[in-house]
Amino acid sequence: MDWLSMGRWSPYIVGIGIGLLSWVAFLLSDRPLGCSTAFSKTCGLIERAFRGDKVMLHPYYQTVTPTVDWQWVIAVGIVLGAFVSAQLSGQFKWQWVPTLWASTFGPAPVPRLIVAFIGGVLLGLGSRWADGCTSGHGISGTMQLTVSSWVASICFFIGGIAAAMAIYTIWA
Amino acid sequence: MLTKLHSDKAFQLFMGLAIGFFFGFLLQRGGVTEYDVILGQLLLTDFTVLKIMLSAVITGMLGVYYFRRRGWVRLHPKAGSVGMSVIGGLIFGVGFAVLGYCPGTALGAAAQGSLDALIGGLLGLLVGSALFAAIYPHLKDSVLSWGYFGLVSLPELLKVDGWQLAWIVAVALTVLLVVLETAGTY
Repeated sequence: MDWLSMGRWSPYIVGIGIGLLSWVAFLLSDRPLGCSTAFSKTCGLIERAFRGDKVMLHPYYQTVTPTVDWQWVIAVGIVLGAFVSAQLSGQFKWQWVPTLWASTFGPAPVPRLIVAFIGGVLLGLGSRWADGCTSGHGISGTMQLTVSSWVASICFFIGGIAAAMAIYTIWA
Repeated sequence: MLTKLHSDKAFQLFMGLAIGFFFGFLLQRGGVTEYDVILGQLLLTDFTVLKIMLSAVITGMLGVYYFRRRGWVRLHPKAGSVGMSVIGGLIFGVGFAVLGYCPGTALGAAAQGSLDALIGGLLGLLVGSALFAAIYPHLKDSVLSWGYFGLVSLPELLKVDGWQLAWIVAVALTVLLVVLETAGTY
């Protein structure tokens, strides 16, 4: 059982594993693997708790229904799976600031939290705008050879590489 | 046989949870729930993210196109437009670098104790998603429909057989992985 406590697996083993999971998702659930929709559903569910079922009439929540379903429990599963994996390999640790960030911008939590929040807003906005994220477009869409997914995935990396270079070479 | 399973709500909730569990486990074990690994990819110093994504795409693609040939699965392509896929993709990309996680890996990072992902990232993702829902009625018939190309797939666009193209793309992506691996410094 040594492999269960190994800190890191080969990226090829991990990638093939994710590919096999997508076979299961297509065969048994008739769905592609994706996870950013869960965030929209959560927003809708929160709004529904406060404003009631009229939220369901909102144009966006007619296309992405705020309900607890397959696409929503995926997010719960990811949290549980990553937690168990980190526990088994002894990698779980509370950390405010990632190592690379700390070595460039210092160890203070507040600046990192503010930047992380801004990044999260852009990520949430962008994933809904493009109708998918690194899983839904980047893995599941490209494997189906969908044009929109290839275009979106290439743009994810163009935007990401440009912004990362700007942050770590110009700003730093 | 399978369509009965597809409409069984309790079974599908279980499947979503199980698939999510193994997905989260693999993301964490692959190291992509770490900010340093994601930024390493975007700064082009660590190719772990691309290696995982491409091996997942090769494996998934050959399976899905084979199952489709046998009539066991149907595809679920997403519609796109220049306004959606390019503008949305670029906004996503900037957020990807600024946060240092994507939506799935932010969940995984939060689960391994990264508080920047848990507090800043997940909160930001919810706010960003809510913001999009709020402005969606204004974007729907303007930006999002610019340069609409719809549900088109590469095999349709190139007028070739899907199963054959899947093999060609699989070989091309494998060559890319071999080049990345033998380029050495990574």
